[in-house]
Amino acid sequence: MKLKTLKLLAGTAAALFMTANVATAETPKRGGILNFVVGSKIPSMDGHMEGTFGMIHPIRPFYSTLIRVNPQNPSSTTDFVCDVCSTFSSSDDGKTHTFNIRKDIKFHDGTPLTAADVKATYDKLVFPPKGILSLRKKFFSMVDTITTPDSYTLVMKLKYPSPTFIPSVAMPFNFIYSKKDLDTHGYTWHQKNVNGSGAFVFVEHKPGAFVTGKRYDGYHHEGKPYLDGYKAISAPKMAVRLQAIRGDRAGIEFRGFPPKARDDLIKALGDKITVQEGDWNCSLLVTPNHKVKPFDDARVRRALSLAIDRWGGSKALSKIAIVKTVGGVVFPSHPLAATKDELTKIPGFWTDIKKSRAEAKRLLKEAGHSNLTFTLLNRAVDQPYRILGTWLIDQWRQIGLKVKQNAVPTGPWVNSLRKKKDYQVAIDANCQSIVNPIVDVSKYLGSASNNYAQYTDEAMETMHETMSRSGDPAEQRKIMRKFETRLYGEETHIIPTLWWYKINPHRSYVKGWKIAPSHYLNQHLDQVWLDK
Amino acid sequence: MAVNETYIEVQDELIAPPGWRAVTAALIRRQPLGAVGALMVLIMVAAALFADQIAMYDPEINDFAAMLEGPSTAHLFGTDEFGRDIYSRIVHGARTAMTVGFSAAILGSTIGLFVGVSSAYFGGWVDNIMQRIVDVLMAFPAIILALTVVIILGRGVGPVIIAITIPMIPNCARVVRSSALAIREIPYVDAARAMGFGHLRIILRHISPNIMAPYLIMLTNFLGAAILAEASLSYLGLGVQEPTPAWGLMLKSGAEEYAESAPWAVIFPGLAISVAVFGFNLFGDALRDVLDPKLRSR
Amino acid sequence: MYKYTIKRILLMIPTLIGAGVLIFVLMRLIPGDICEIRLGGTGLAVDKDQIEICRENLGLNDSMPKQFFDFAVGVATLNFGDSMWTGRPVTEEIAVRFELTLQIAIMGTLAAVIIALPFGVISAIKQNTWIDYCIRLFSIAGIATPSFWLGIMVILGLLIATQHLFGEPWMMPITFTSIFADPVANLSQTIWPAVTIGYRYAAVVVRMTRSAMLEVLREDYVRTARAKGLFEKVIVNQHALKNALLPVITLIGIEFAFLIGGLVVTEQVFNLNGLGKLFVDAVLQHDFTLTQSMVMMVVAVFVLVNLLVDLLYAWVDPRIHYS
Repeated sequence: MKLKTLKLLAGTAAALFMTANVATAETPKRGGILNFVVGSKIPSMDGHMEGTFGMIHPIRPFYSTLIRVNPQNPSSTTDFVCDVCSTFSSSDDGKTHTFNIRKDIKFHDGTPLTAADVKATYDKLVFPPKGILSLRKKFFSMVDTITTPDSYTLVMKLKYPSPTFIPSVAMPFNFIYSKKDLDTHGYTWHQKNVNGSGAFVFVEHKPGAFVTGKRYDGYHHEGKPYLDGYKAISAPKMAVRLQAIRGDRAGIEFRGFPPKARDDLIKALGDKITVQEGDWNCSLLVTPNHKVKPFDDARVRRALSLAIDRWGGSKALSKIAIVKTVGGVVFPSHPLAATKDELTKIPGFWTDIKKSRAEAKRLLKEAGHSNLTFTLLNRAVDQPYRILGTWLIDQWRQIGLKVKQNAVPTGPWVNSLRKKKDYQVAIDANCQSIVNPIVDVSKYLGSASNNYAQYTDEAMETMHETMSRSGDPAEQRKIMRKFETRLYGEETHIIPTLWWYKINPHRSYVKGWKIAPSHYLNQHLDQVWLDK
Repeated sequence: MAVNETYIEVQDELIAPPGWRAVTAALIRRQPLGAVGALMVLIMVAAALFADQIAMYDPEINDFAAMLEGPSTAHLFGTDEFGRDIYSRIVHGARTAMTVGFSAAILGSTIGLFVGVSSAYFGGWVDNIMQRIVDVLMAFPAIILALTVVIILGRGVGPVIIAITIPMIPNCARVVRSSALAIREIPYVDAARAMGFGHLRIILRHISPNIMAPYLIMLTNFLGAAILAEASLSYLGLGVQEPTPAWGLMLKSGAEEYAESAPWAVIFPGLAISVAVFGFNLFGDALRDVLDPKLRSR
Repeated sequence: MYKYTIKRILLMIPTLIGAGVLIFVLMRLIPGDICEIRLGGTGLAVDKDQIEICRENLGLNDSMPKQFFDFAVGVATLNFGDSMWTGRPVTEEIAVRFELTLQIAIMGTLAAVIIALPFGVISAIKQNTWIDYCIRLFSIAGIATPSFWLGIMVILGLLIATQHLFGEPWMMPITFTSIFADPVANLSQTIWPAVTIGYRYAAVVVRMTRSAMLEVLREDYVRTARAKGLFEKVIVNQHALKNALLPVITLIGIEFAFLIGGLVVTEQVFNLNGLGKLFVDAVLQHDFTLTQSMVMMVVAVFVLVNLLVDLLYAWVDPRIHYS
């Protein structure tokens, strides 16, 4: 039942989603080493406790997951296929999910993969023993029991049916570990060691520099992988990553470049560069601190939102920053997202910026804060945080506000948001892997642990609760509109900016990789090949 | 009493360094390079003081109609990725650089002067403790010290100045102390002490003026160093904040990423830093030669 | 001399303790902690209890005195523990990056010495001639140019020049290969940063050599030697240079110590996986164990180099007596 709905949605979403798709007719060639650059470093190699793409890009290819986003259709927001399972199905009440595990899979050390390994993995993820970290434990709060009726069947029973369960299982962080490793080496062994069943076998990790992997001949997906191996090179500076692709020290970068960088690459290298681009399941938000005056006043918050020229900014800013699409609370192009007509009715999304700014000034005057000055807390990351911060300050200047920027490293930024709560207005991001709107918007609930605006809004909590348990997409959509209007318009709890836009210019010889709406997705690299 | 005071002041005169006019004259005559440096410094200071008059645009206003445009009559040095006029940002950036440079250099060398002189003057355990602190600060990696201080104190020009100043203090204190040790042994300091003058008065009036040479040399050295340090911190993303114009900040992100298609955005701010520091060093070198050819310093 | 050496070695202890206290306090004054960054930094909804587990595992919930005690014992027994960020032993993290850092430091120093010594000497002998002026301008420019900017220009210049010359842009390797494994790959990466930092380094040494030479040339014994009618060249070589070398050696020693762990910005530009980058990352990630160990290491190197330089002074120059 559920699956049918998902599939149906998948078709729509895929049709709406825009990518510069590479020709699929070519026959993949075998061999070669893929070099790619990663704009971050690896904290630990344990996917269960990390949340950064700095771990996903180099480590994900060593592991399999239970299910995954369809590698042939990664831009779909709802198309999930088996990885180590052969089939999976859900009961009619949506509470029992059964996964049949393939019988031909071996870990890199030769141990056969069975349902017991999957169970051990999910036990660690869902019910971690005391003292063991499971970063995404919360995603699985609906899971009641995990059982293995036989060696190749896994059953997960839920406490209540939830549309968010399957997308959560498909998250790329849920690496399947061998039970033997967990039993013999303990639960922290995977932080520094690798034994997976993915397309590539771990070769070397030079801390701070690179990770290398080589082809796994016993890989369970027929004929794959095509590459002999890969080298994931850490290069935290964007300029270096760009130059690396230009000078062919790397073929590709999987996070994303600003448009100007793409244009420069094409100008220099012509058709040696291929570009894939599309919307990105991340958006930057302006979070006013509701406990600090005058941001407790909805009029002031709305004025801040009305001052921002989103439609104009989309054109200008999308040349230099990794943002582009004007959108509401749901990932643009998802069936649950607002249409342009619906969107332009919400204050802040009006197409007439003059009218919008006049209203902003009026509201500020009414609230008695025409000459408001404040400090914008930002994260000291260039793309897109700092670029957007500088742009926002200029937007607010145009309604007479004087704003200073305070861009701090991630540590103090998170600390100020989460613990000290001493900021006036902050830039924050909502960045997710699998497009899973109902889970994704839970950040906007006053009760969410990653909501830093400090408000309580019972009405929104109720709406979200109803949405999460509703099986009817039409009803979900209707509630989502109300949720959105209340969040951005009536209350302006949070001030939206633009959705991120993922642009991946790469060497044209890199084939078979398809862009997904998140830099966390479709990174197992088993379908990538080199046309050299 | 009065007689004795005069005696001491006369002694001061004898030991005091040559007057300012003499120094200037000597500088131009004997140190043409130094004079050029002084001129460069003057230009920078003038740019900082009259930035509002010299700049052609508001350095903070975005103009997306003119993004990353090359040098032209409208924009002498071109524009950056926000369409901001680079010439105007460099002129206003001079204000940031000079504020940070002069504040940090004056603070660093002056605090260093007092620490060094009192350490030498009091001697004994005071000297011992102060020297151990100086030891620690000198051995401590300066960039890490600056980095942590900036992160702890938060952003803006103030914390940057403090972060740059702290590593300078021990350097100056050490140099000053060794000069002051020699001065301490000169009889007139003994005389002043015998007459019951307070410690502060002796330090301020009798010892400090005689260490002006090393002090001034350290100060001019620090000026260039502070400007470079500010640029490095900004480049690491830890200095002055956007949209405030600052040279190091201008070299960051966009400027570097689009350096090939828009080289002006990376060349001009870099030149501004180099020229400023070059001027200060040229001037400082000459000043050193005039004041004290025997004094070695980095 | 013997007593002096003992005293100097004993004086290293308060410096090390002071540096340890300073970095311990500074790191704990920085707002935020490693668990918040790691778990909350990605913007996920993370439960407080997950952050607590992380803090507990890393020992962040221990009392301050206990944390300091552990740190002090670790340093005293040379057991530095594991990096909080990667879980790898601190010594391993440092060892991985040491070869690259050391090589760049050595290459930079070589470049500096080869360029700087002759230039400095010539500049002093030909004081106030056009040669002197040129050398001085060249060296001041070296000090005035930010190394990272020079680095950006070098990379850009290479990309543009090679594209024009060969049709395909060439970029230096961005991962390190040991010089013993593949000298060509190694040098084609390391030569550029070495030249970039070598220029500034050479500039500093030229200035020091020049002023030290000038000073020595004015000394009585040099004048005496000159009065005796020896060739000027011989005087310069045998008498002046030998004594002028002392401050220059000091400077080279200190600069070399600085290059180990101090090349923070240049390493960023060239994507070098060196100690300087590790250092900054460790601070930004609130990795207490790694930062503290690295500070202790850098301070120890600095103090040792200073001690060696001072002892060298006493040994080379009979005029210096320590009591």
